Amino acid sequence: MSSVADLPKAGASSFVANVQKVLQQNIREYGMFVALFVIMAIFTITTNGIFISSRNISNLINQTGYIAVLAVGMTLVIVIRHIDLSVGFLSGFLGALAAIAMADPKVIEGGLHLPAFAVIPAILVLGVLAGLLTAFLVANLGIPAFVATLAGWLGYRGALQLVTAKTGTIIITDEAFNALSNGFIPDIFPPDTAVLPGVHKLTLILGALAIILIVVGQINDRRKKQAYGFEVLSTDIFVLKVIFISALTAGITWIMAGYNGLSWTVVIVLTVVIVYDFVTSQTVLGRHIYAVGGNPEAAQLSGVNIKTITYVVFCSMGMLSALSGILYASRFKSATTTAGNLFELEAIAAAFIGGVSPAGGIGKVIGSIVGALVMGSLSSGMNLMGIDISLQYIVKAAVLAAAVIFDVATRRAAK
Amino acid sequence: MSTPILEMRNITKEFPGVKALNNVSFRVAAGEIHCLVGENGAGKSTLMKVLSGVYPHGSYSGEILFGGQVQTFRSIRDSERVGIAIIYQELALIPEMTVYENIFLGNEIKRGLTIDWNETIKRATQALQKVRLDVNPATKVKDLGVGKQQLIEIAKALSRDVKLLILDEPTSALNEDDSENLLRLLRELREHGVTCIMISHKLKEVLAVADTITVLRDGQTICTLDARAGQVTEGMLIKHMVGREIDNIYPRRERRRSEEVVLEVDHWSAYDPSLGRTILKDISFHVKKGEIVGLAGLMGSGRTELALSIFGNPDGYRVNGRLTLKGRPCHFRHPQSAIAAGVAYVTEDRKGDGLILIQDVKQNITLANLREIARRGVINGNAEVKVAEDYRSSLNIKTPSVEQRVGNLSGGNQQKVSLGKWLFVKPDLLILDEPTRGIDVGAKYEIYTLMTRLVEQGMSIIMISSELPEILGMSDRVYIVSSGRITGELPIEEATQERIMQLATN
Repeated sequence: MSSVADLPKAGASSFVANVQKVLQQNIREYGMFVALFVIMAIFTITTNGIFISSRNISNLINQTGYIAVLAVGMTLVIVIRHIDLSVGFLSGFLGALAAIAMADPKVIEGGLHLPAFAVIPAILVLGVLAGLLTAFLVANLGIPAFVATLAGWLGYRGALQLVTAKTGTIIITDEAFNALSNGFIPDIFPPDTAVLPGVHKLTLILGALAIILIVVGQINDRRKKQAYGFEVLSTDIFVLKVIFISALTAGITWIMAGYNGLSWTVVIVLTVVIVYDFVTSQTVLGRHIYAVGGNPEAAQLSGVNIKTITYVVFCSMGMLSALSGILYASRFKSATTTAGNLFELEAIAAAFIGGVSPAGGIGKVIGSIVGALVMGSLSSGMNLMGIDISLQYIVKAAVLAAAVIFDVATRRAAK
Repeated sequence: MSTPILEMRNITKEFPGVKALNNVSFRVAAGEIHCLVGENGAGKSTLMKVLSGVYPHGSYSGEILFGGQVQTFRSIRDSERVGIAIIYQELALIPEMTVYENIFLGNEIKRGLTIDWNETIKRATQALQKVRLDVNPATKVKDLGVGKQQLIEIAKALSRDVKLLILDEPTSALNEDDSENLLRLLRELREHGVTCIMISHKLKEVLAVADTITVLRDGQTICTLDARAGQVTEGMLIKHMVGREIDNIYPRRERRRSEEVVLEVDHWSAYDPSLGRTILKDISFHVKKGEIVGLAGLMGSGRTELALSIFGNPDGYRVNGRLTLKGRPCHFRHPQSAIAAGVAYVTEDRKGDGLILIQDVKQNITLANLREIARRGVINGNAEVKVAEDYRSSLNIKTPSVEQRVGNLSGGNQQKVSLGKWLFVKPDLLILDEPTRGIDVGAKYEIYTLMTRLVEQGMSIIMISSELPEILGMSDRVYIVSSGRITGELPIEEATQERIMQLATN
């Protein structure tokens, strides 16, 4: 740590200037978070705090989950300059298959009465297979993804209607399955303890663990950078950054813990985000995906196998569509004939709001999740305010346009 | 000097952190050919972008006078309106449209609400006559060669009644015949009163065609020379451009004779299914360790296709023949396997298929060999920065940081990034396709020095080049490619420009 001590002591004014500089340099990265924060703050005021209540936030996340996982997959698809329109009805179709597989044969014809733990992996595998099919059409036969997945959109829509034609809505009775989008992680202490009654203790403990991991990770990262002799943030700004992230995590944890604790949806979405963020930003595979999006010819000549990347990305999209279908069916404890309708466009909108470039090569998974949360917050907040659904669409349109304008403007300024 | 048609006074243009133009003044007399020369990054293109309104009035300081009047162009449309046309290195034609559609694109001849196609074709034919191009105006642009496309761009400008024509590196993609043709056309246009500004790196052409030459260096006007008297020499220009004299741009080296053959290609043919024809016919050649082998030939003779067919054949040609690398017979199905076997290929078109312009310097440098800095598929970000910093200093890449987007660098520095990327795969055989196209003298010299250093360390290099002085200055042996065949092999002692050209046009 000696090199830190060697740094000149910064005065108060240069500290402010430094903060400004860091913020300015990263405005694109933080812009979406700021937008989300502003939207949440506005709704908190207009709903007299109901919006930010633990219960509402918990609901909001559970409702956003099935779009959020699609947005993650869609990010990668758009990054490699493709699009996938089939994901909505694919997720609806796979959700229906899950419902049938779990149904009692006496109630639903073809029902298999399988337990959730067997059905879920099987559905995920089916999703991957659907991705394989799309990838084959796109990578091997050279059909534009728009057309190939438009065919998928039609096909899965038909398939969904076919399997639900006789019964209409299929009710899901499997408790474990339904818990995925309605249940919460269990607590290790009873809710009525003397300290912090009614607060979910395990959630608090997990939140504290997360903060410790973040702080240790940040410090380690900084030490490694210094060991390489690289420039790092000055000590005061670094401390500020760590405190800020920790406080944010603590705040979110506190809100979650106030109402039943972490839901299973949060756990699933967080896992997906962490895995995908790691893969895209830290691994060779991730780098290859962005290289293909940035310049396919250059990537190919650099030894990247474009076909393989196309397969990986579409298979991941298929798997996440399956996950989305599972979360949606679980949320409504049933499979319906219209499940998945327009999910693909909501996921695409979330990705664009989150800063994914339509031209390919640019866009982060985290951004798309924030984009999905922005869309979810708008729905939730405006519902609480009792705003008419038609107006809600118009407001969302404005937000989508504004996000892309912001993106284009900051990108131009960066040039 | 006769009356100036254009005067740019005290132009200063700043980008965040860089002063691209520093108080530049520039005068162009009516009816002259004025060449603008300077190293990459000297500010030539920036100056022309200021002039044409790409950088709108207000984003720079200084004054522009055109035709005696102060101009405040806010966009390209404004500058076009007063008769300034700019033709970029990368042509702005639409390949799927016909010649006449392209010529009048954005300037359509209308009758009422519809386009008058008959009048369009008639006027397009006239414009084509002015540039002495004999093609059917209904031909699609994609079916024409680069040289002809260049002429169509000029015809397009002429159809708009242009007074000042600006050409940015017009001959960089042309072969010698087409270049000659273009220069002749510029002289003819001068007779008809069109003033012309030409940016070029090819000093011979500059001296052949220019009335006046202005040299820029580091964003400043160094001097303006009258070239008509014939006293300006290439050496003088280079001296002004780089601020030093380069006696011999090709570094001297010991030509060591190793008999160890690194690459042997035997009876190699390739058929391109997308073109439906055989592009390489019965090619045999070899490369020894520590040798620079020049592949000379005209544009389109099949040199790039030969390199690609060896380098894992990414375009899917049907290839026949034997390839032996370091004594082992090889069959690469993908660039990946060629790279793994120790072959690297620096592409001709660094912007098109060489670099990822939206990614930063370090990501580009490590892309072809991520394995080296990754463990179990996870990249060590710090090691990556370190690698990039090493190449940045060893190749003298001028960039504010390795986190800078490659698209923001100048051509010469982009080429160095491209070289760094391929050196990082630590190849035994390095294929360089037009390694110094479109880059300035200083950067050229650095690249030649680097090539020398590499072969001295035992690397073998195949250099594809259309510039004969470069072939003669750098190669140990020269193969000449013509129409998909090797038409000759010359040891460097016997190679002359005349002999190579003779074999290349065989």
